[in-house]
Amino acid sequence: MSVDELPGRFGQYGGRFVPEALIGALNELEAAHISAQGDSAFLAELARLHRTYTGRPSIITEVPRFGEYAGGARIILKREDLNHTGSHKINNVLGQALLTKRMGKKRIIAETGAGQHGVAAATAASLLGLECVVYMGQEDTRRQSLNVARMKLLGAQVIPVVSGSQTLKDAINEAMRDWVTNVADTHYLLGTVAGPHPFPTMVRDFQKIIGIEAREQVLELTGKLPDAVLACIGGGSNAIGIFHAFIPDSKVRLIGFEAGGDGVETGRHAATITGGSPGVLHGTRSYVLQDENGQTIESHSISAGLDYPGVGPEHAYLHDIGRAEYRAINDDQAMNAFSLLCKTEGIIPAIESAHALAGAMIVGNELGPDATLLVNLSGRGDKDVQTAAQYFGIPL
Amino acid sequence: MSTPLEDLFVKVRTENRAALIAYIPAGFPSKDGCAKVIQTLVASGVDAIEIGFPYSDPVMDGPTIQEAAEISLKAGTSATDVFAALKVASDAGVASVIMTYWNPIERYGVENFAAAVASHGGSGVITPDLPIEESAPWLSSASRNAINPIFVVAPSTSDARLAQVSAKTGGFVYAASVMGVTGSRSDVSINAHELVSRLRVVTSLPVCVGLGVSTREQAKEVAGYADGIIVGSAFIRLLLNAKSEESGLIAISALAKDLANGVREGR
Repeated sequence: MSVDELPGRFGQYGGRFVPEALIGALNELEAAHISAQGDSAFLAELARLHRTYTGRPSIITEVPRFGEYAGGARIILKREDLNHTGSHKINNVLGQALLTKRMGKKRIIAETGAGQHGVAAATAASLLGLECVVYMGQEDTRRQSLNVARMKLLGAQVIPVVSGSQTLKDAINEAMRDWVTNVADTHYLLGTVAGPHPFPTMVRDFQKIIGIEAREQVLELTGKLPDAVLACIGGGSNAIGIFHAFIPDSKVRLIGFEAGGDGVETGRHAATITGGSPGVLHGTRSYVLQDENGQTIESHSISAGLDYPGVGPEHAYLHDIGRAEYRAINDDQAMNAFSLLCKTEGIIPAIESAHALAGAMIVGNELGPDATLLVNLSGRGDKDVQTAAQYFGIPL
Repeated sequence: MSTPLEDLFVKVRTENRAALIAYIPAGFPSKDGCAKVIQTLVASGVDAIEIGFPYSDPVMDGPTIQEAAEISLKAGTSATDVFAALKVASDAGVASVIMTYWNPIERYGVENFAAAVASHGGSGVITPDLPIEESAPWLSSASRNAINPIFVVAPSTSDARLAQVSAKTGGFVYAASVMGVTGSRSDVSINAHELVSRLRVVTSLPVCVGLGVSTREQAKEVAGYADGIIVGSAFIRLLLNAKSEESGLIAISALAKDLANGVREGR
């Protein structure tokens, strides 16, 4: 590896499976990211935005009443839900939007499922004066019409995608088609740690602040490292963000919770590592939900943000080497945890994050009251009120 | 031993013309219909057939090929059908290749896929989303099975990289005429001509131009500087618009004859 290249692979995973037309842009992006990470002015500007715009560092909150349902374990939440725009997505978006300006590009495109990444991208584009186009599956624009309106209010153009299953994976396909066509003046602001190199590494670099902050905060609060760090996993950006600082701490268990949908055994799920197999999707080799011909199988989850048939390649690697564990949480378990956090702690979590909370209830019961669990509360649940009301039968 | 595809380019060079290559997804417009389409195209003057492996996430394809792939996948097209279509083309007496995104090859098994291409009479495989950096296992298998690994280059590819990609390519270099996805376009010439000229400096391999070619005039123009033209979406559009399978075959036959004239008029 030369000094001007990042490692493009995580064991057998990662890499770059894209049309030749994008190779130049990916090389340019890799070079821009490396130079920005070594530029104190860039890092200072990003830190200033974190402090004065996003509201970082995000706090940690201990939740003892919720902990009673987790075997009495000590549960500490990292409050990414309190960030501006309501989730961890803003960390990555601000970093990439600054890089877009650094590369002299004027237009960003983004994909979105639930709308959280789209809203964050539209926000950053507004803040930094960039044109913004968001691709969203037509089915998702119907399910998440409030977020479509938010993006439009922020000045973004939202393009409904009518191909394929009309959900997140098809929105990514359409964004990649736009990028191939307009790569000279456009940056593809990918929202998670998937896609071709350098996206998995670059997005992780912008998200790892979560774990760096949380590790210090937990040490200060408890005087020791947690027994386990827990996060939900769709593409895996919030999980890698909180895991990364703990990877060298070999005694700290890292546990990711995938969306089990109706149950992995039913085939209607989005648990890519638990129920998938190695393959290539959207430019990277990782675990994929696929059939015997290599066709992608549609995923299912009550949580639009986890409803993706792929997963970041670094997670595939951490799984295979045994450094992180991955388990599935089904829709009902997640909604039970969602409801409990609302009623015991006065915090409405995103349904995505509720998968990690359900995981904490299981792991807490396994480890007992002496355990300390750090859980990434990756987003807030305002966007999910309608889904949750329907689920619990609350008339609207 | 040379592949039928390599033999084709020797032949068209002696005839001082360009080759006409047609793309059709396996299983489209139907399993049986695909075989009829291939036979009709060959009977109408097409020199080589590219069988598309329909894929669930075709990021390089525009709406026309996406629609055809969806129809094919809904009908349950599998790798077996792709190889069967390949055999129909090679049995019809023309050079045949597969064009596929990478994951179906990886899923089938890299070595098994290359062996199946060879055993069905295929000359090679076009891999539009496999950069040379990821290609080592594929190149070994292609070499062992004596088939051509065909890579795609773009107008944005640097001269240095054109040389690197060409060095790993067999059969012909696929020059994508425009920055973008597949589909008919009114203008293909400026980027394509420049890209082919840049390729001539770094490789002696034949160069074929794809993406956007749909008319006799365009075929004639591109044949003036390239060794082959690749037409896909224009045929597929005719088949999608046809009122019956029969009228679709008549329409693609007429276009193929037109294009076959075009590739002979360019020089």
